[in-house]
Amino acid sequence: MNEFSNAFRTAAHLLVEMDPGLLEVVLLSLRVSLSAVILAAVFALPLGAFVALTPFPGRRGVVILMNAMMSLPPVVVGLVIYLLLSRTGPLGTTGLLFTPTAMIIAQCVLVFPIIAALTRQTVFDLHEEYDEYLRSVGAGTRQKIATLLWDGRARLLTAILAGFGRAIAEVGAVIIVGGNILHSTRVMTTTIALETSKGDLGMALGLGIILVLIAVAVNTAVVTIGGGANQRTV
Amino acid sequence: MQSQHHMLPLVVNGVSYVANGKAIIEDVSFTIHDAGLTILLGPNGAGKSSLLKLCHGLWPLSSGSIRWGDADVQDVKQKQAMVFQRPVLLRRSAAENVDHVLKLRGASSAERARVIEESLQWAGLANIADMPARKLSGGEQQSLTIARAWALNPEVLLLDEPTANLDPAATRRVEDLIRSFAEAGKKVIMATHNIAQARRLADEVLFLNHGRLLEQAPAEQFMSGPSDPLAGRFIAGELVE
Amino acid sequence: MEKPRKKLLAGAMVLASLAALGSYTLLSSPKGTNITLASTTSTENSGLLGYLLPIFKGDSGIGVRVVAVGTGQAMRMAMKGDADVVLVHHRPSEELFVEEGYGVERISVMHNDFIIVGPASDPAGIKGVTDVAAALGRIRSSRAAFVSRGDDSGTHKRELSLWATLGFQPGDDDRDWYRESGSGQGATLNVASEMDAYCLSDRASWVTFGNKRGLELLVEGDPLLLNPYSVILVNPQKYPHIKAPEGQQFIDWLVSERGQQLIAAFRVEGQQLFFPDALDPTEE
Repeated sequence: MNEFSNAFRTAAHLLVEMDPGLLEVVLLSLRVSLSAVILAAVFALPLGAFVALTPFPGRRGVVILMNAMMSLPPVVVGLVIYLLLSRTGPLGTTGLLFTPTAMIIAQCVLVFPIIAALTRQTVFDLHEEYDEYLRSVGAGTRQKIATLLWDGRARLLTAILAGFGRAIAEVGAVIIVGGNILHSTRVMTTTIALETSKGDLGMALGLGIILVLIAVAVNTAVVTIGGGANQRTV
Repeated sequence: MQSQHHMLPLVVNGVSYVANGKAIIEDVSFTIHDAGLTILLGPNGAGKSSLLKLCHGLWPLSSGSIRWGDADVQDVKQKQAMVFQRPVLLRRSAAENVDHVLKLRGASSAERARVIEESLQWAGLANIADMPARKLSGGEQQSLTIARAWALNPEVLLLDEPTANLDPAATRRVEDLIRSFAEAGKKVIMATHNIAQARRLADEVLFLNHGRLLEQAPAEQFMSGPSDPLAGRFIAGELVE
Repeated sequence: MEKPRKKLLAGAMVLASLAALGSYTLLSSPKGTNITLASTTSTENSGLLGYLLPIFKGDSGIGVRVVAVGTGQAMRMAMKGDADVVLVHHRPSEELFVEEGYGVERISVMHNDFIIVGPASDPAGIKGVTDVAAALGRIRSSRAAFVSRGDDSGTHKRELSLWATLGFQPGDDDRDWYRESGSGQGATLNVASEMDAYCLSDRASWVTFGNKRGLELLVEGDPLLLNPYSVILVNPQKYPHIKAPEGQQFIDWLVSERGQQLIAAFRVEGQQLFFPDALDPTEE
């Protein structure tokens, strides 16, 4: 139980001191995970909407696959990306292994199915309601997608935040493709894993507390910025 | 009431509509020559709403044909507007809801601003232009869908039980808007199961039951004594199945 | 109203992702030179590399990026061409690594030693035993809980070879007392401390481990417990992208007088954890 009070003390200490090592790790975490989520969203939103609106053979299979991919184990994703980016792998010449870019790619793969699947569900539900209206006023496919994405923005924002939560919290993929290299690819979760393995449980837990605080801050920021729009989405 | 309306006559010829193996509309034929307000009357499940959507080209016909003036039903959506029983409103402000349809029609931004203001004014909604549409009262919501239809300046307005879920005050307000649509020279076709409403609004009545058209008559003639016995029982207030 | 906002949003998204990717591609491309060192958790977690590498960078301008994993994984990583230099501690696999052409040459750098730690209550009664085989024999015959790394690391391989001197190979019958954690040294020590179990550890990891609780150092000093570290340059003839000159420079520096003195000077809580081997080969 001592560990818990110790952890809070460590967390407070790190925060008050604005520990530069901590700051570096936090900033890298944020940049990697935010980039991964934005990148994933740019492609997953239209794809999810497309699958929701366009009947094609095998669509059920695609939907099941998208939903199932939400539970991809990060370690497996990390391993696959590792093998792809490894010097002897098919993308080895890019030299991206053990770089933040590799971590962004891995997290992007993890987050993509979450955003795509939740987007599909959101757009599908909304389309049930809007379909006759949209056809009545003669909207084309792109206009339909734009309308449905915009009107689903509150739920899509939640989907994106869910994706961000998965990205910022996962350790399995980034530790494999990033290598947890000091000053280069060390992020919050890999630091926590490292401190745990050093037996410095207070520090590990303290960092965990800071990770949660950062997640709260990001969510608050997004909800506040999106707040004006949110009111009209009831 | 004879008009130069070039969407008329509406000619519905031998139309059937089958969904999931069940005949919803069976071999319905009629012609509407005149502008003004036509009411599709009948008990719930008579096929009024389906017939309306077929006339708007929303659903494919199982057989038969529908023509508006010289055009096939599939080619005239742009000249029509439809109002649904449950108002379909986007998750945006009232003004943005009107803006949405104008943008789909490719109106310029100056034009859009003008039309939004005019149509909200017309529907008595100017004061709630910036309110989230889905926070409005039921009557305001349905008025807004009619204002949105007005903004499109359609030649034909189709309404599917627009007041079914409204209280009397809101119903009066919506009926006034519908009437003023018809008075502006638009063709209005509206489905209702409410005989009193038909009496208040109709210039012409089409009486349907079980997917079949039983009678078409001018409103006065229909209300004073329909030739179809079932229609007679219906306007007498009996429960018709 | 909606269109400009949407455009703005889309624009911001694209910009942000491009900026993010761009900055990383730039960041990750070598500013100055970086080499990748695949090493063991013991050298990283003890702080030795954190102490040496900035000095090396000051001397040479070469940055060393450390990926700290087990010896087995470090060498597999190098075999795929994903590291320039390995710093590991399992002689047989090192020799095989060089023999198969993956490494240029195995060069001894330093050693520390393995120890056996266990609960203070010491149910197997091994405290102070200097013969490691005897100590392991007592653990086995008393069937006291023992946690193995089980991760194909240098320490794991050493542990198995120590058991092998008793003619013993852990099997299914030993599940009640012989547990494999399947993780790094620190995590394995955490498990041992939680289960009051015995465990083989390198001294550096033990000294720097922060969650000892009821664990104590029980057995040390047997020559069989010596833990020599070697450094190997990955063969540039196998993988042309290997940064051979810089890697060689790092190796030369490690075994130079300066490097060796620095290793000897490294202390944690007043204890010397690593002993240089390169200058006087007779010492080992």
